[in-house]
Amino acid sequence: MGRIRWHVVVFLAPAVLVYTAVMIFPLFDTLRLALFNAEDKARIFVGLANFKRLFLDPIWSEQFWNALANNFWFFLIHMLVQNPIGIALAALLSSPKLRFAALYRTAIFVPTILSFVIVGFAWKLILSPIWGIAPSMLDAVGLKSLFAPWLGKEEYALTTLALISVWQFVGIPMMLIYAALLSIPEEILEAGEVDGITGLSAFWKIKLPLILPSIGIISILTFVGNFNAFDLIYAAQGALAGPDFSTDILGTFMYRTFFGFQLQLGDPYMGSAIASAMFGIILIGVCIYLFGIQRRLRHYQF
Amino acid sequence: MSTRRITPNLFAMHGALILYVLIALFPVFVIVVNSFKSRRAIFREPLALPNGDSFSLVGYETVLKQGDFFLYFQNSFVVTVASLFFILLFGAMAAFALAEYRFKGSTVMALYLALGIMIPIRIGTVAILEMMVSTGLVNTLWALILVYTAQGLPLAVFILSEFMKGVSDDLKNAGRIDGLSEYAIFFRLVLPLVRPALATVAVFNMIPIWNDLWFPLILAPAEEVKTLTLGSQVFIGQFVTDWNAVLSALSMAILPVMVLYVIFSRQLIRGITSGAVK
Repeated sequence: MGRIRWHVVVFLAPAVLVYTAVMIFPLFDTLRLALFNAEDKARIFVGLANFKRLFLDPIWSEQFWNALANNFWFFLIHMLVQNPIGIALAALLSSPKLRFAALYRTAIFVPTILSFVIVGFAWKLILSPIWGIAPSMLDAVGLKSLFAPWLGKEEYALTTLALISVWQFVGIPMMLIYAALLSIPEEILEAGEVDGITGLSAFWKIKLPLILPSIGIISILTFVGNFNAFDLIYAAQGALAGPDFSTDILGTFMYRTFFGFQLQLGDPYMGSAIASAMFGIILIGVCIYLFGIQRRLRHYQF
Repeated sequence: MSTRRITPNLFAMHGALILYVLIALFPVFVIVVNSFKSRRAIFREPLALPNGDSFSLVGYETVLKQGDFFLYFQNSFVVTVASLFFILLFGAMAAFALAEYRFKGSTVMALYLALGIMIPIRIGTVAILEMMVSTGLVNTLWALILVYTAQGLPLAVFILSEFMKGVSDDLKNAGRIDGLSEYAIFFRLVLPLVRPALATVAVFNMIPIWNDLWFPLILAPAEEVKTLTLGSQVFIGQFVTDWNAVLSALSMAILPVMVLYVIFSRQLIRGITSGAVK
């Protein structure tokens, strides 16, 4: 006993080393940095003072709670719009009688592969009141009065960006649900057909319960993705998440704090504190999913 | 089998899907079409196709003359290919160790590596930057390659070890009897057999790495190491009044991912439907 099998070590070492050094260690180092601050270029331990500032100091807390609330709204729109549309598209595509399903699937997935820079700019262009594609299109159907500079108004900008993000990523829930629907055994559907359950009612009564685990995974992926989002807001609205911080989410808030922007100086310690808060939020979400949702969903698996 | 007939139901389904496809493709259409038009035509009739009168390549000329697009493209390419190579090689090696050998702590090791699936690496950005600065890797492509490799490994190990458990033991044992080393068994017997799984992992990682804006912005913003995504972001900022150039730059940034997607989309769909992410 005790003989080291060197080949096992050799196989594991590269992955474990890179993963530990570049992911796990920085993660904990960031949590550690959140407990420090700089004074005259020296790093001093300040305990939870950074968090106290972040949550309670009016200058910081106003931004933090704003970003957090915006982030929840961003997430909620994805849950209420993106995932139902994705499921509906997958249900249509998985119908055995449908032709050209592969073509539809490919086309709908195209926005997902585009970079945020392209997506942000394309929609800014379309929605811009100056260029006027959106106003003139609405005019063509007699709805011009509905037009507003959606990305430029505080009350609409965040919702508009969330919908753009939905447009971009609807392909992911669609693909995952599509795969789940295809893996439902034919016999179950046939048994339902014998009992007279077909069409829409087959979807609600048989397929939907069976794909609930996949819907659970999609929900947690949406959650983690949204509370880690940054690129689209940055590409479309810049680091200041305008107008007047109405589109600020935790990702942009952390970037601005850590890196500094215009007159604001970068502060790695407060940046770490925000990152730690994001870590906590994501951890809570993942735990709720693992212990609350996934366990209950197991009943439905076959 | 009954013949296919267009029932009203099926008609409605096609209608809904076509409508959604139009929504999905419309912005791409607007960008690409207008990149081939003269400045006046872009503004006068943004939705019209270019014709003999309005066709113009002036935007592309500007981009190719002023922007360092080839350099950016090359940087993105190097980063993506190198990251994928390390994700696949290191990921497959670790997956093989976990799937093939029983050793003390193998379950803990598998759990440890799986941790990173749910935790975004961006949370650790502050410390990653500090580390890259202190090791002198900041503003090098290596910084990005290391980060993307670490980011891709957890899911790669998870997916690949599932597949490797499916490789027949008889084959490996026959190899052992023939005197093959464990390394030869891995590289010559197992790796070729899990090629479809490797392709799936590659496709999953390819697009997010190619499109990432966060890490290039923070770890490698210098001109000579800019990636295409960051480069086009900066370009838009500088040339915001030169619509021809911006639209051409964006069209050129769309092209490479489109090509990759067309090449690999079948593998992506096969990977998802075979349950790689269930």
